[in-house]
Amino acid sequence: MANVNLRKLNIKLGGKNIIRDLDLQVEPGEFLVLLGPSGCGKSTLLHSIAGLVDADAGSIEIGGRDMTDADPSERGIGMVFQSYALYPTMSVQDNMSFGLKIAGTPKAEIKRRVTDAAAMLQLDALLDRKPSQLSGGQRQRVAIGRALVRQAQVFLFDEPLSNLDAKLRAELRRELKLLHQNLGSTMIYVTHDQVEAMTLASRIVVMQGGQVQQIGTPLEVYERPANRFVAGFLGAPAMAFVDGELDGEGRFTAGELALTPGPCCCAADARGRAAVLGVRPEHVAIRADGAMRGTVSLVEPMGNHQVVWIRCGAHTLASLVHDDAAHAPGQAVRFGVDANRVSLFDPQSGNRL
Amino acid sequence: MTARRQLTKITPYTALLPMFVTVLVGYIGAAVWTLGMSMTASRTFPSSRFIGLAQYERLFDNERWMLSLHNLALYGVLFVLACLVIGFLLAVFIDQNVTGEGVLRTVFLYPYAMSFVATGLVWQWLLQPGDGIDSAIRMLGWHDFTLGWIVDQDMAIYTVVIATVWQASGLVMALMLAGLRGVDPEIWKAARLDGIPAWRVYLQIVLPMLWPTVATVLLLLATAVVKLYDAVVAMTQGGPGTASEVPAKFIMDHLFLRSNVGLASAGAVVLLVPVLALLAPYAYARSRKEAA
Amino acid sequence: MNVNSIAQRLPAAAAGEQSLARSRSRRRITAARIGIYAFLFTAALFFLLPLYVMIVTSFKTMDEIRRSGIFALPLAATLEPWRQAWSTVCTGAACEGLRTGFANSVAIAVPSTILPILIGAINGYALSFWRPRYANLLFGVLMAGAFVPVQVMIYPLVRVLALAGVFGSLPAIVLVHLVFGMPMMTMLFRNYYCSVPHELFQAARVDGAGFWRIFVRIMLPMSLPIIVVAAIIQVTGVWNDYILGLVFAGRENLPMTVQLNNVINTTTGTRLYNVNMAATILTALVPLTLYFASGRWFVRGIAAGAVKG
Repeated sequence: MANVNLRKLNIKLGGKNIIRDLDLQVEPGEFLVLLGPSGCGKSTLLHSIAGLVDADAGSIEIGGRDMTDADPSERGIGMVFQSYALYPTMSVQDNMSFGLKIAGTPKAEIKRRVTDAAAMLQLDALLDRKPSQLSGGQRQRVAIGRALVRQAQVFLFDEPLSNLDAKLRAELRRELKLLHQNLGSTMIYVTHDQVEAMTLASRIVVMQGGQVQQIGTPLEVYERPANRFVAGFLGAPAMAFVDGELDGEGRFTAGELALTPGPCCCAADARGRAAVLGVRPEHVAIRADGAMRGTVSLVEPMGNHQVVWIRCGAHTLASLVHDDAAHAPGQAVRFGVDANRVSLFDPQSGNRL
Repeated sequence: MTARRQLTKITPYTALLPMFVTVLVGYIGAAVWTLGMSMTASRTFPSSRFIGLAQYERLFDNERWMLSLHNLALYGVLFVLACLVIGFLLAVFIDQNVTGEGVLRTVFLYPYAMSFVATGLVWQWLLQPGDGIDSAIRMLGWHDFTLGWIVDQDMAIYTVVIATVWQASGLVMALMLAGLRGVDPEIWKAARLDGIPAWRVYLQIVLPMLWPTVATVLLLLATAVVKLYDAVVAMTQGGPGTASEVPAKFIMDHLFLRSNVGLASAGAVVLLVPVLALLAPYAYARSRKEAA
Repeated sequence: MNVNSIAQRLPAAAAGEQSLARSRSRRRITAARIGIYAFLFTAALFFLLPLYVMIVTSFKTMDEIRRSGIFALPLAATLEPWRQAWSTVCTGAACEGLRTGFANSVAIAVPSTILPILIGAINGYALSFWRPRYANLLFGVLMAGAFVPVQVMIYPLVRVLALAGVFGSLPAIVLVHLVFGMPMMTMLFRNYYCSVPHELFQAARVDGAGFWRIFVRIMLPMSLPIIVVAAIIQVTGVWNDYILGLVFAGRENLPMTVQLNNVINTTTGTRLYNVNMAATILTALVPLTLYFASGRWFVRGIAAGAVKG
């Protein structure tokens, strides 16, 4: 168990500044997810923690020791890659014991660790097989096993589920969460999939353009996004944004849309200025007694719910409908917005008000 | 930095040492030395007497050298054209879902497995007047038929063309076929829908798409032209007389037989010019591609 | 739809299908198809002609050659030309046949294949995974060097080897083959390793493996296909080489190609075409056998070699 401490980390690749002055503290035993779109620098950050990419400035501490210049194998880390990266000419057993052999671990100890990891991941029957004889899910388990036997302080995951089909992905995601519960080790996980981030993380680090946008628990990041980017990145269907104004009493208006945001939604001094309202589909309810009017423009049936798109003046909002009520394009509806769950952002900076 | 890290950083460089030495000494060093010697009065052994560009003047006054250049140009054009056309046609025809494709490919490509020397010798025998094809056709009844190209001053170089085209067309075919097979099959369906005849599709749609393959083939063929030596030595020994002399042979003869290292070096440098002229656009195109 | 109407439709459907099949088979025997096969057949004849003549001539007596021309099949096949070519023809100073040349070619080809492949593999590995600074520039120059005619470099190499005291010996010719084979070998392996996922390399780094361990334990075992291709290309190239063997091998190690040329082009008196052809086939035997045996690998090698970068 250890923590990871990044201070003023700067990484340049190919002349471009990928990571800029990044500070990050990872608590022992937490499951930290680095979330962001492609090119945001999350993989680069992970690789620099692993020692596969050199930092141009700043320091990396793992377990309280400075590891900025250390070799990957000296950092006390285990890593699981997106394409599993199993050694194709070696058996599962050899794949898992390769690193330990290099480190000079005694044979008995190697055998013990491999057997334990194989038992934990249900790989016992597969130890003599080659990677080409395994399914995608089995390969990923072997990749996890290879990291496990190192008994590392920190486990690094580089989008490990992206290469699997949807069903397998959900299965392995749950297994990873169980693994973390059983082991309690620090895990740093990179993904662009917000569902993975929400379900697995104890804390999420949302990244964009090499910079941290927000760090918080899944709930914090979802309910109180720090800026427009984070708000739009999490949640599907995405949060709807409406440009409008806050008057002197704190009431938001944008054409035909009007509501008074609850006290916890924005700073108390946010008055008399332009603002962008952010509202999630699950907080838009089609109700006969709703305060606002609109017309249905599109209905998307999703099986266990519907997404109904409502046009209200110049704005379009999505509404998550959980009952079987029939809605059709062109239908006139009344709807309400949960004013306690909205977010308000500055139109220029995108930051939360 | 830990010692281990330092070792990790240095090892790739030490591993590449053979390559570094080879490039520096075997290629750049040797080329520079030859360039230097071309400006000295070296005869049997290298001399350090610098005489500027005099060797080059002597070179271009040398009748045998000028003839070799002329031969090479003639040979080059014919060889490249013939290989391209034959290779392309062979590839196109084989691509038509013919039966026995594997056998045909084997037949067209096996000459490439033979050495230039063997090829030259066989064709020398085949084209020998009084023997070879010459006498065989006469035996079949055409008593007036003669095929004396190989002993004819003006025609000798053409025999070299025939032999080397025979050897290299298969390679061009193999490369073109690979290129053809890489063309999106949907293109054919779209063309059929438009009612375009097959030959038109090949000429106006597929061939332009094969431009990278053609460029590679051109580069390979052109460098083979410049390097032409073995086949000439085996087939005609540069003869009759010096009628089928080529630059590479001129250089080799003057290096080792006629003991005129300075002149030969000048010839080698001149031979380098078309190669560099070919490589420059190729390298430029590649560096553009890699930057993109 | 009732059963009757379906039964009524069936014959029409069957007839339609038939006409479709007929038009398909009709298309197969068009003039264009005939033209295609005719062209290919003629081309095949052109390509096979020399091989046929070679083989046929090598089994005839000189008398028969003079009498029946080059295209006729041997009436009284004999192995005498072969025996002569192998053991008694004069290849310069000695008259021991081509068997010494064969032994020399083997002695040259084996190290001249193993060494360049090894170095090429190491180079390709270092270039594609470790990417040291300026290494790509070096590689670019190496590739350019592959196109330069050998005549530009041959004399300086002669001087350097003479200075080192090894000129005209087996080590000299092997070294020269290494120098001139390095571009192709390096390119083959570099391209191959570029298609290996980089994450495999990273996983090995995380496991603590260094430069050589990753190469020996992980990359080399994975490289069997490209090693086969490289071996075919290199063996063929070295065996068929004439100019380098002529200059660098020294009189005791002359390869078969050089001896062959000596046999055929420097004999005085009557030329023994049957012996010459037997000698030519003997010289071409190794690469031709390799070619016919390896089939697809040969073509793969060409494609790999020609697709630069």
